[in-house]
Amino acid sequence: MDVRFKLAPSGKAVDEAGLKFDISDFDGYAVEAALQIKEKLSTGEVAVISLGPDVVQETLRKAMSMGADRAVQLKHDGAPVDSFAIASALAAELQGGGYDLILFGRMSIDTAHGAVGAMVAELLGLPCINAISKLEFEGRTAKMRRELEGAYELVECTLPAVVTIDEGIARPRYPSLKGIMAAKKKPLESKPAQLPEARLTLGALSLPPERSAGRIIGEGIAAVPELVRLLKEEAKVL
Amino acid sequence: MTNVLAFAESRGGDLRRAALESVTAARVIADARGAEVHAILFGAPGIGAHAAKLGAHGADKVLVVEHAAFANNNPEAVAATIAARMGGGYGAFVCAATATGKDIAPRIAAKLKVPVASDATQLAVKGGTITVTHPGYTGKILLSLSLTATPAVVSVRPGAFLPNTNAKAGAVESIGPTGDPSASRVKVTETATGNAAKLDLGDAPVIISGGRGLKEAANFKLVEDLAAAFGNAAVGATRAVTDDGWRPHSDQIGQTGRLVSPNLYIACGISGAIQHLAGMRTSKTIVAINKDKDAPIFKLADYGVVGDVVEILPVLTAAVKQAKAAG
Ligand SMILES: Cc1cc2nc3c(=O)[nH]c(=O)nc-3n(C[C@H](O)[C@H](O)[C@H](O)COP(=O)(O)OP(=O)(O)OC[C@H]3O[C@@H](n4cnc5c(N)ncnc54)[C@H](O)[C@@H]3O)c2cc1C
Ligand SMILES: Nc1ncnc2c1ncn2[C@@H]1O[C@H](COP(=O)(O)O)[C@@H](O)[C@H]1O
Repeated sequence: MDVRFKLAPSGKAVDEAGLKFDISDFDGYAVEAALQIKEKLSTGEVAVISLGPDVVQETLRKAMSMGADRAVQLKHDGAPVDSFAIASALAAELQGGGYDLILFGRMSIDTAHGAVGAMVAELLGLPCINAISKLEFEGRTAKMRRELEGAYELVECTLPAVVTIDEGIARPRYPSLKGIMAAKKKPLESKPAQLPEARLTLGALSLPPERSAGRIIGEGIAAVPELVRLLKEEAKVL
Repeated sequence: MTNVLAFAESRGGDLRRAALESVTAARVIADARGAEVHAILFGAPGIGAHAAKLGAHGADKVLVVEHAAFANNNPEAVAATIAARMGGGYGAFVCAATATGKDIAPRIAAKLKVPVASDATQLAVKGGTITVTHPGYTGKILLSLSLTATPAVVSVRPGAFLPNTNAKAGAVESIGPTGDPSASRVKVTETATGNAAKLDLGDAPVIISGGRGLKEAANFKLVEDLAAAFGNAAVGATRAVTDDGWRPHSDQIGQTGRLVSPNLYIACGISGAIQHLAGMRTSKTIVAINKDKDAPIFKLADYGVVGDVVEILPVLTAAVKQAKAAG
């Protein structure tokens, strides 16, 4: 099933009617990675934090039903797109929290900047390793793999550190019934987000041009000559 | 005051195409403001030899930062050096939104206390405001974002600003790094540069992608053969295939893999799941080969062929070779 977004009449927001909110892909991997670390060490605490309107409480509850111990909502009713403003508000909350490891997604699904994690690291003065697909520990040394285009690198860093999570670390577990019940009793703290003035703002949203409907040109090897002709004469790619 | 600093990305001692794309995009901003483009190039001693190429593609000046500790990626030291240099009066910083560009841009922006406009496919400059077009929501919605911060930090989508010859002075200036590049808190212990001769998915005008319909890893040879017949093609894959270890994750195209936009995309034995389409739907021409005539990929394909991909690929490869030979 293909999902199509509709734009709100203002042209500045997505029509949210009928949409279900969920943890975004890379953040799902990040939550799972954090839970696996805690389980492996049999100690520690996993806290989840999200900046946004009250619908984010649903996602925070879901993370707690997967196993996170507590949650913080930095309440903000707009949909900020200024990555530095978001990072500043998150860093203000994380500052002094004594976290050994702060995990982010490699990028969000909506604004998809791929920026907030590394910005928080800079603001907190912590080292940052972006887009990691493997993570292991030797004492307080994290050993990681980063994916580059057609290549990878292995890197090491001492905790505390910030990492942003690519695919490959861990697939998010489904919350168990027990987990869902337990999550209802776990602490979810909500407080206002302190966002500095936005200097990156949303002008308008638009839908990309529709592709023309697909066309089947033939069956089996018999279709190959026609395909090659079309690639040459119509699409001009051969 | 309004000059633009462009990141000249290199890997393994070679300039990447992203370097020329960032210079090309930086020219858009500089030309609108009657300003200069300065490219900044990091690498092990000797990297400065590439400066002329940056001049030929639009750099008025090339700042060369040579240090043994820049042989590998060194985002901390690169970001520190660029942020310090930006403090000296640049109006904007531009890089390509590659793995390396996305790694450094937010660090530089945060040091300068400004946001980053990422992955722009278009740039428009009006006075102090840069308006970027940026695909979000897995490529399904285009966001038009206005950046009013000074300096402006922008990354541009690979392939969106094709390098053109635009000879400028390219005057070379050697500068030193900020801080000690050997003292980065993150150590690179190994780099696999991949096959240098192989075209990267982001650069290739043609991509041949394979999915689970190929039935076994060994059949990817058929995909590679077709790529070789085109000569300018890279090989991609679905998550079903990277999950099974048939191909590395770096070949994966889609929502949680690479986003690509080639002239020609040939999907071989790929169902066309929404997460896969998110990574390739903006390709110019799409071909699909699938045995199931109701596969969702056919809704998108300009040219669909129904049938067994293992049977069709060798015949298509031979026909492409023949067409290439005939010119
Ligand atoms: C959070 C999340 C993120 C994801 N991210 C990605 C992503 O980035 N990229 C991605 O690709 N997927 C992604 N997926 C997975 C995606 O949903 C699909 O499972 C995947 O794309 C399917 O790959 P496939 O088309 O190779 O396999 P299948 O869906 O199994 O399709 C195989 C196709 O091959 C055809 N076939 C079988 N035999 C033959 C034959 N002999 N000849 C011709 N055709 C044949 C079948 O008809 C079928 O259409 C993601 C999923 C989730 C949940
Ligand atoms: N509003 C937010 N609240 C909490 N985390 C966020 C928020 N926005 C971004 N992030 C984190 O930063 C990552 C990268 O986001 P982005 O820079 O928008 O692509 C996401 O995957 C999240 O982990």
